[in-house]
Amino acid sequence: MTLTAKDFRTDQEVRWCPGCGDYAILAAMQSFMPELGIERENTVFISGIGCAARFPYYMNTYGMHSIHGRAPAIATGLATTRPDLSVWVVTGDGDALSIGGNHLIHALRRNVNLKILLFNNRIYGLTKGQYSPTSELGKVTKSTPMGSLDWPFNPLSLAIGAEATFVARAIDTDKAGTSEVLRAAAQHRGSAFVEIFQNCPIFNDDAFAFVRDDKEGVNRIPLRDGEPITWGAGGEKALRQRSDGSIEVCSADEDGVLVHDASHEGAALAFALSRVTQDSLGGTPVGVFRNVERPVYDDLMAEQLATATAKRGEGDLDALLHSGETWTIA
Amino acid sequence: MTEGLAKPVEQLSQVIVRFAGDSGDGMQLTGTQFTSETALLGNDISTFPDFPAEIRAPAGSLPGVSGFQVHFADFDILTPGDAPNVLVAMNPAALKTNIKDLPKGGTLIVNSDAFNDRNLQKAGYAANPLEDGSLDEYQLHSVPLTTLTVGALKGIEGVTPREAERSKNMFALGLMSWLYGRSIEPTIEFLESKFAKRPEIAAANVKALQAGYAFGETTETFAVTYEVKPAKLQPGTYRNITGNQALSLGLVAASKLAKLPLFLGAYPITPASAILEELAGYKHFGVRTFQAEDEIAAAGAAVGASFGGSLGVTTSAGPGVVLKAETVGLAIMLELPLVICDIQRAGPATGMPTKPEQGDLLMVLFGRNSESPVPVVAARSPSDCFDAAIEACRIALKYRTPVYLLSDAYLANGSEPWLLPSVDSLPDISTTFVTKPNDGESFLPYLRDEQTLARPWALPGTPGLEHRIGGLEKADRTGNVSYDPDNHDLMTRLRAQKVAGIVADIPELEVDDPSGDARILVLGWGGTYGPIAAACRRVRSDGRAVAHAHLRHLNPFPRNTGDVLRRYDRVLVPEMNLGQLLKLVRAEFLVDAVGYNRVRGLPLRAAEVAEAIHALAAQ
Repeated sequence: MTLTAKDFRTDQEVRWCPGCGDYAILAAMQSFMPELGIERENTVFISGIGCAARFPYYMNTYGMHSIHGRAPAIATGLATTRPDLSVWVVTGDGDALSIGGNHLIHALRRNVNLKILLFNNRIYGLTKGQYSPTSELGKVTKSTPMGSLDWPFNPLSLAIGAEATFVARAIDTDKAGTSEVLRAAAQHRGSAFVEIFQNCPIFNDDAFAFVRDDKEGVNRIPLRDGEPITWGAGGEKALRQRSDGSIEVCSADEDGVLVHDASHEGAALAFALSRVTQDSLGGTPVGVFRNVERPVYDDLMAEQLATATAKRGEGDLDALLHSGETWTIA
Repeated sequence: MTEGLAKPVEQLSQVIVRFAGDSGDGMQLTGTQFTSETALLGNDISTFPDFPAEIRAPAGSLPGVSGFQVHFADFDILTPGDAPNVLVAMNPAALKTNIKDLPKGGTLIVNSDAFNDRNLQKAGYAANPLEDGSLDEYQLHSVPLTTLTVGALKGIEGVTPREAERSKNMFALGLMSWLYGRSIEPTIEFLESKFAKRPEIAAANVKALQAGYAFGETTETFAVTYEVKPAKLQPGTYRNITGNQALSLGLVAASKLAKLPLFLGAYPITPASAILEELAGYKHFGVRTFQAEDEIAAAGAAVGASFGGSLGVTTSAGPGVVLKAETVGLAIMLELPLVICDIQRAGPATGMPTKPEQGDLLMVLFGRNSESPVPVVAARSPSDCFDAAIEACRIALKYRTPVYLLSDAYLANGSEPWLLPSVDSLPDISTTFVTKPNDGESFLPYLRDEQTLARPWALPGTPGLEHRIGGLEKADRTGNVSYDPDNHDLMTRLRAQKVAGIVADIPELEVDDPSGDARILVLGWGGTYGPIAAACRRVRSDGRAVAHAHLRHLNPFPRNTGDVLRRYDRVLVPEMNLGQLLKLVRAEFLVDAVGYNRVRGLPLRAAEVAEAIHALAAQ
């Protein structure tokens, strides 16, 4: 039986605010899941706390809505013991980068077989509008009436710095682009990190208007493997790497236009691309920044178990209890 | 080697030896090997290592002193002993910190070479105690251990003078082995295997050991040698085991008995790290150990593993367990099995990492937000950690609940002979997973077993049972998110009833009252079992009847606990805290119990508990 998007819907009423970007991501996910060919029962969504964290309740797979920031840790335990499952973590900017920052970076460096989707809306939604670790400096919110003092995280730079093997960005309303990125993430063995720009219409409306409403493509910089990185209404702008490794904007017909290579061994290029922002260079790259292979934590652990068993035989409890120096009293 | 110059042999029923020296002197190894030799001789034994948290405190300083006490006897003993009969002091600092525990007339063996001006000054001695008569009340044996060791090792190639000097602990062990008639063969085997890659070091240590043994035979310092006959212990096969080893084996056994793979999430912390290290060696048992980025992740990963059908366990000590509280709350809400081992140490905050305490009882019972009941199981001796671990896993799996397992630094590092159980005698704790819809065509993840109130455990990967669980309050039966007031009241009560109902599934509280006419009951829990039982023996030998009951289950309490408590005129509750069980029994059973409380970072002493019993009787 071929599954459809409908099979991935639950009977639970979706309770996000009208106009929330999460609806679009959920719809994209539900219609993309059947393509993956993974049975519903072998798919697990694990989330922490926040608006995005309600996601598992709406996916007709196995799921767990856990505690704030801890989803990557919980998912690590599941993925490590159950390599047969497709494990997805749904998180937000506060959940992943503030209270759960430690778990995120360690899951990424270990390369646990997890797909981590960070719905970034640059605000705390569920607690009603305080600034988040991705809010811009000076952000005026209820908890920062004179403007926030915190320099924000760049989630992709953070992930690349944390040794992530797959790093990508998508936009909530861009269903085709989101599906494409999710497909690549699902096919990646190891940790995949996807930042999804997501609009919060209530507390931080239009935070990403520059790319969400970018019908002409003047702000989005599409990243396509093996192709020159160009953008603009007529594709007239391009990116080029300077000798110091940083990236500059040039004209598409100039020499040295960067050809995208997500599988480049070194992380420097992907990192440099992650520094290209609307503020810094007037454009926002979207797509897969980095996609490299590295041994996967769960595979390595399974290998150690197999090696130990091959070497010592399957553990015998009686022999284990009697190991070490023993003596007998008649 | 025991032939030759025969010296008179004096029979002793029991001996308590304490080895004390600098952290770098190898006292833990010396004590452990002396224990192995003694165990193989068939004595009953109980050991207690007492060492600083610092790996190498400044050499010769008072905080750097490390000790290992071993009690061995020709009868069954309960504790490592209150005070040593024999003190081996490797330097002035070791003498200074330990001499107050040696009764007058006790045997004192010191390394006289270490009593130089510099070391004396570091230990705060104005004059050399070996020469000023201050040790006249002890049987002092002043032995130049370093000089004798270095002399004995002359000619062994490839051994530096520093390495030769470092073998002096083996010389001391050889001497002590001779003095108490222990064979040094097991230690020779141990050294040859430990230093297999450096045969010259093995040779040096073996030579030092043999030289120490021979020194005892030939020197005139020791006129007699001692013999402690084997104890009449229950027949069977024994091994010496520490609490942390026993707990680790208990978890592996539980995994086998439950037919579930074991997953341990842990973050290194004293005194629990040895469990992580031990279990990391059992990969051929299907054991997965995950050294997490922090205590929270360690617990979280165990919950994730449990969701997937593993036996999820996390181990820590108080400062780590407190960080896991939120995750334990989640497991309560999810109703998934999880075992949290708390190897208690003196606190609060960092406290005294290597020293035992029973200060976490109220934390594990109540240290969470809202109504969040958790069963609590406590181990009472090093070997009992094995059975306690299986019991904690049994309850967790059967009732789909987090369970706290309490041990402490004293049980964790202390050792005793363990009568090995036959695998067939261990309980079947296997559990079942639901594989089919349980309500017509649909699956209700919170449809409960009528008897246990446990919910069905459906593993990801099971077709047709896809469901979502979470930390939000859920509707009865369906598990869907619910804010309905009456439903929350119902679910809160159901979670409480489920844990309270475990009372029907645990044994009654047993009372040890040989004469049957005791009017005083001593009630204890966990690691104080040895000292309390030993104290009761003393009180009885003084002619006074006293009863002893010891709790394994702290939540729920055994069903007859109230009846037992009310049967006696007075109830004494000795604890290594300021009265936590005391508070509970007073609140729960309205019994006017009194406490005996010491928080010295040391196990209770049998003598002080006996005194407290006598004092209560005299009131």
